[in-house]
Amino acid sequence: MTLPEGVERHGFDGETSLATRGEPVYGERTDGEWRRWDPHRSKLGAMLENGMETGLDGGETVLYLGAAAGTTVSHVADFCGPTYAVEFAPRPVRELLDAAETRGNLFPLLKDARKPERYAHVVEPVDVVVQDVATRGQARVAALNERFLDDDGRLLAAVKARSEDVTADPDDVFDAVREELSAEYELLETTRLEPYHEDHLGVVARPRRD
Amino acid sequence: MTNGWFAGLDPDDDAAAVERIQAGRADAPADWPQRAVDAGFAADESTYYERLHEVTMAATRAAVQDRERADDQQLVHAVRAMVDCERTANELAERVAEWGGSRHGDGGSGVKYARSLAEGDADDEGDRALRSLSERTAALADEAASLRAYIERTAPAVAPNLSTLAGPVLAARLISLAGGLEQLAKKPSGTVQVLGAEDALFAHLKGSAPSPKHGVIFTHEYVRGTRREDRGSAARALAGKLSIAARVDHYSGDRRPELERELDERIERIRAREGDE
Repeated sequence: MTLPEGVERHGFDGETSLATRGEPVYGERTDGEWRRWDPHRSKLGAMLENGMETGLDGGETVLYLGAAAGTTVSHVADFCGPTYAVEFAPRPVRELLDAAETRGNLFPLLKDARKPERYAHVVEPVDVVVQDVATRGQARVAALNERFLDDDGRLLAAVKARSEDVTADPDDVFDAVREELSAEYELLETTRLEPYHEDHLGVVARPRRD
Repeated sequence: MTNGWFAGLDPDDDAAAVERIQAGRADAPADWPQRAVDAGFAADESTYYERLHEVTMAATRAAVQDRERADDQQLVHAVRAMVDCERTANELAERVAEWGGSRHGDGGSGVKYARSLAEGDADDEGDRALRSLSERTAALADEAASLRAYIERTAPAVAPNLSTLAGPVLAARLISLAGGLEQLAKKPSGTVQVLGAEDALFAHLKGSAPSPKHGVIFTHEYVRGTRREDRGSAARALAGKLSIAARVDHYSGDRRPELERELDERIERIRAREGDE
């Protein structure tokens, strides 16, 4: 697997880690303009760290669903092009705004990822949808947002088993999510995000269109 | 609908752009940057993205403020409900103590006594009636405690600086007495100092009483724990910092840890006067 352009393995005090170039956001370690991308705090970081073929080259147009305080999306904006960050909870969005302040290609939106018609007037068709929403119905969110993807675009999703059903076996939850996702998407790779995130499934998929 | 957020807008009209980002909608995305250029809204794509960054920042900042402002009203309801439950539980506990004393001798007072009766035996109809009332009293006190826990969880999100300085419950009571965070932010600190002491204040204004030195902020350790002669100064210092905290919370939302340090130092100086004399 090759890392996207703008992401590299960089040494921080003798410890090598994924890194991007940009203003620090969450107190992460820095070295010059490089900032450490901690896979323990970022599901997309864990997907890259676990060697998933994300198809990211760098410079893509991105729709990020579930941006929260901007930890991951700030790294995405560091190596991608126009990056639309959707988050529904007002509290973390204050920090997201701080992260976006120094990133002219990061567009924060306080919107509900389950209501794409409320941001389709702002978001253009994208190369990549990154999804990290810790709510029930994660497959449904992915299906609703399929309309934003270009024909050869990619969905990069982190599915949290506990958000769907805290009592069920994560494997069963993931099977159900895979099946539901398959209606709109062709699944290219699914890998669990251990050891960085427990009971999370990383998904790489592309829209089914003929 | 297939219009972008910028359709028909004057490129320099900030308010209209913010409104569109917040309230607009479209069924499907389109190549908005290209369309904006074609429509003459932006000279080129990079100008479009610059403008998009400005307006999404402004719109999202305003939307966050609106949403959190609405949360301050939830806090007002919760703290008023908590105060009602506490007051009612205490009133009923007095009634329980009076009734219980008539049947079992002087057994105690307050909610604690009501709890002991609620868990005790009841041999006849009178005891059963008393026990039932005691159960209601204890349940109301429990409700007050769970409302307090809710306030402690939510107040720091609504007013982080004020909650740090005042504690979440006092922060919520101040917001409630003012009618909301915005109203509190707009009050001078002399008013914040006597919020909750309106009766004493009006008595003073009619000329029949000394001016009140503190209202509900008396529950703060920095007022209550300062010796009587210096309490006025302590209350004034505390109210000053609480007003600033409320304004920061309402207008900017930043964290200002230095406020706490400045208050600590100010109170320390006031309390040190004791040694000088």
